Amino acid sequence: MIPAAARFAGPVPIWYHLAVHLIEHLQGRSFIHALDPRVRILSGFGLSIIVALSHSWPVIGLGSAAALALLITARVGPRVVWGRLIELNVFMLMVLLLVPFSMPGTPLFRLGPAAFTREGLILALAITAKGNAVVILLTALISTIETVALGHALNHLKVPDKLIHLFLFTVRYIDVLHHEYLRLRQAMRCRCFRVGMNRHTYRTLGNLVAVLLIRSLDRSERIMQAMKCRGFTGRFWMLDHFHTHGRDRAFAWGAVLYGAALIWLEFV
Amino acid sequence: MTEPLISLRSLGFAYSPDRTVIGDLDLDLFPGQRLGLVGDNGSGKTSLLHLMVGLLKPTGGSILAFGRERKQEADFVEVRAKAGLLFQDSEDQLFSPTVLEDVAFGPLNLGKGPKRAKEIALETLESLGLGGYGERITYRLSGGQKRLVALAAVLAMQPLVLLLDEPAMGLDEKSLARVREILQNLDQAMLIVSHRRDMLEGIVEGTVRLREGRLEPWDFSEPI
Repeated sequence: MIPAAARFAGPVPIWYHLAVHLIEHLQGRSFIHALDPRVRILSGFGLSIIVALSHSWPVIGLGSAAALALLITARVGPRVVWGRLIELNVFMLMVLLLVPFSMPGTPLFRLGPAAFTREGLILALAITAKGNAVVILLTALISTIETVALGHALNHLKVPDKLIHLFLFTVRYIDVLHHEYLRLRQAMRCRCFRVGMNRHTYRTLGNLVAVLLIRSLDRSERIMQAMKCRGFTGRFWMLDHFHTHGRDRAFAWGAVLYGAALIWLEFV
Repeated sequence: MTEPLISLRSLGFAYSPDRTVIGDLDLDLFPGQRLGLVGDNGSGKTSLLHLMVGLLKPTGGSILAFGRERKQEADFVEVRAKAGLLFQDSEDQLFSPTVLEDVAFGPLNLGKGPKRAKEIALETLESLGLGGYGERITYRLSGGQKRLVALAAVLAMQPLVLLLDEPAMGLDEKSLARVREILQNLDQAMLIVSHRRDMLEGIVEGTVRLREGRLEPWDFSEPI
């Protein structure tokens, strides 16, 4: 950890941040995790948009390189990253199979009346590369934010309250619902229920979903009552306030300059 | 003689015309009084507590709380600040992501600034022996811890009356002893709904039983 006094000191030279980064890296806590969530959200979305809108391979390539560098710095577990990339690329496989057939251009080969075009293939590859870059970028910068901090950071960034409440309540109650589901499944198993391809299964699973839905409605009503009992009148208050340190500014400037360079490259 | 904090006069409540839960019920709760409430499952104990803080609307009778008759939703906003209701299921009550935020939620709503609310929350947690729990994630607490945090959330609003709905539910002996000890040291008036003799005995001064929509005196020698 960095001594508290150093955190709140005024302007700190860049080499200090590099040293801190190195120390934290050696201590097992990443530089990315320590950044102000607001900076991470803004730079993550900014760079994602630039990469997603780009038509130039160098920009996509440099964007992906930055994403990979950030991912390595953030030290996200490989299982998390692979899980996400596999999910994404199963979908991208469809794009790679379908887009080249639907785009006019130089045919590479024909399948009946449909032509698999060179232009289509290049476009599909670009979409795949962009998709992967964006997912890696967001995994590195945004999935490393604790959910609660993410909610608060979004609030500071003036995202509508309702969306944030929806998000935080989902986080809070998804586990409760999951346990309710597990308990019901156990109760079903205790009475020898087995999933099969038959009417009984469909009806039972339908009931299971219905019960979960009704219970969550009831629960939402009770939560509302509990909130009223504590004087809730429609407004949420935040306890935490974020502080921007020198390294946050350094990172933000880095992201802005990198983004600007990518935009410049796009139009050159 | 002191005025009662909450008085119910010939209170009636029904979910539908043919399902009367509470009929013609009278109750007075005085400052510092600790009253136990027992009754069969489905006899309307929870409904009675919810009526007292205006979460349900009575079908008859009147509710006087803290010196005024309370009728509208707006009347009850003040009642809820002064009469803290502990819900049967803490899972419903703890909806904030972290313990500190949850306990500070009430004080923030009462118009305290974030700094003061945080102080109150920390003090309340400390007084219940939960110091250091502030940053814990609410849904990862054990059942007993959830109960105590929910109690802290109620106490943080500094109420005059505590309405406790099955405070002992799901607690093991050790947690129960903790809750009993905490309640014994509080000076608020209390209405404690419980099925457990070991929760009520030694805490309450008297116990009433809700049966067929009315209250009747009850003592510990009778079966619950």
